[in-house]
Amino acid sequence: MDLFSRRRQELLKLKSLRRDPKAYVRVEEETRTCPRCGEELTLSALEKGLQVCPCGYHFPLDARRRLQLILDEDGVHELYDGIAAIDWLDFPGYRDKLKVARQRTGLTEAVVVATGRIDGRRVVVAVMDSRFFMGSMGSAVGERITRAVEYAHRRRLPLVIFTASGGARMQEGIVSLMQMAKVSAALERFSRAGGLYIVCLTHPTTGGVTASFAMLADITLAEPGALIGFAGPRVIEQTIHQTLPEGFQRSEFLEEHGFIDRIVQRQELRATLSQLLRLHVRKGAAL
Amino acid sequence: MSGLTPECPLTPSQRMALARRADRPNVSDYVTGLFSDFFEQRGDRLDREDPSILGGVALFHGRPVTVIGHRKGHDLGESIRCNFGMPGPQGYRKALRLMEQAEKFGRPLITFIDTPGAYPGLEAEAQGQGAAIAANLAVMSRLTVPTLTVVTGEGGSGGALALGVSDRILMLENATYAVLSPEGFATILWKDSSRAEEACSLMRLTAHDLADLGIADEVVPEPIGGAQANPTAIFLALDDALQRHLLQLGQLSTRTLVAQRYRKYRTVGTTQRRKT
Repeated sequence: MDLFSRRRQELLKLKSLRRDPKAYVRVEEETRTCPRCGEELTLSALEKGLQVCPCGYHFPLDARRRLQLILDEDGVHELYDGIAAIDWLDFPGYRDKLKVARQRTGLTEAVVVATGRIDGRRVVVAVMDSRFFMGSMGSAVGERITRAVEYAHRRRLPLVIFTASGGARMQEGIVSLMQMAKVSAALERFSRAGGLYIVCLTHPTTGGVTASFAMLADITLAEPGALIGFAGPRVIEQTIHQTLPEGFQRSEFLEEHGFIDRIVQRQELRATLSQLLRLHVRKGAAL
Repeated sequence: MSGLTPECPLTPSQRMALARRADRPNVSDYVTGLFSDFFEQRGDRLDREDPSILGGVALFHGRPVTVIGHRKGHDLGESIRCNFGMPGPQGYRKALRLMEQAEKFGRPLITFIDTPGAYPGLEAEAQGQGAAIAANLAVMSRLTVPTLTVVTGEGGSGGALALGVSDRILMLENATYAVLSPEGFATILWKDSSRAEEACSLMRLTAHDLADLGIADEVVPEPIGGAQANPTAIFLALDDALQRHLLQLGQLSTRTLVAQRYRKYRTVGTTQRRKT
């Protein structure tokens, strides 16, 4: 379909919407196919189910929707949204690709940091979003997360991070690699000062993020079926020249090997976080 | 980009080739050339010994130090035995054990980086490659003894960084340090590993590049033709550089030492970073 006829169709759709809102829904409810069970799911049904298929498959959740899901409605403040990537290598096309990613996602980088409350308890939350450059960590992601850690440290608040990342961002080269050291150093300080850090690993969490802050939490949660590993499955297959076993590097596999405290269904995420915060209240701590 | 100047007579991919030469001095050579009385410590005390990392205690000008480095071989048999310098979690956990001992006994830590990356294998993943590397990053950031890292060959990815969160990062002139091997980089960005040479020229992975980015603290010159042409010259140059940095770091209080190290990594990737 060429551009003009698509545009005309859209206009016709809008016209019919004006006459009869139901007609619009009937004509065009977009669907997505569940990669696990093959079921066609309407977007509205998916949204109602928190982007979880009835078969249990967890679709990736965008960062702002995730914040909505776990934080109390009032008192949410986003932080450090102005920290932007720097093109250290003058990498061809990087600036343009960033611009496109910003427009396409409505995000300024691959992580959103916010403070808010979970059942009344104030927390600092950082949520990665795999739609933005595969959730890769460059200087801006590293800096935002480090500042989130330092903010939690200064105010003695619990820190919750949701990971979703393809690893270090190639376009920023060695500077991306060094973000692993930066975030890990900040977390180590925070930890030694008694700070509580909860991580929830979501699909996919790989590379430099796995080899740094994803694996340094006091409590490690994961969503079901998430791909979690250091090396990507394709790299491993190319190295060992065999196909990987079913379920390899999935949340359940990591739990079995002792790297995850609990796999949590998305519907229970908020309640689980709330419970963990209750369990870590210090004597005399203000609520 | 790859314009040759008197100060930079080699292209990045030529340096990469030098960094990967099998006859380039490896960690065993540096241990022999720089230290005396070396006692190798083996095993992670959990699972097994991983020969792709060499570690132990030695004397440096009469003073005990902990030495840890990626191990590569000079010939095929040796290379296979140490898995081409690609450690599994056991190697990183052995390194962690030795780092904690350096701290316990107040010994400076000297690490040598020379690896294409951590090994991407089934078992390595099942046993927590990511978790092992992460633990090293966190612990190295808080050690209260002086820590020095020398990138002697190829510094690849998180598998290199796991030995590299130190007070000072020195790089041999033809060593490289990058987020990923140029082949991996080209595969990820262009789905074409044959474009590695092009990747090399874009990645800013040479010692001088890292000094310009404020990540490498010193570039140690190599003899003409590369380190393998005259290992003794490299040992002498390194000996001098290591002594100098240890002396400087030894004058700092523990608190200042750890605070300075934190600042070093804290400012990477911010505009506060200046060329030193």
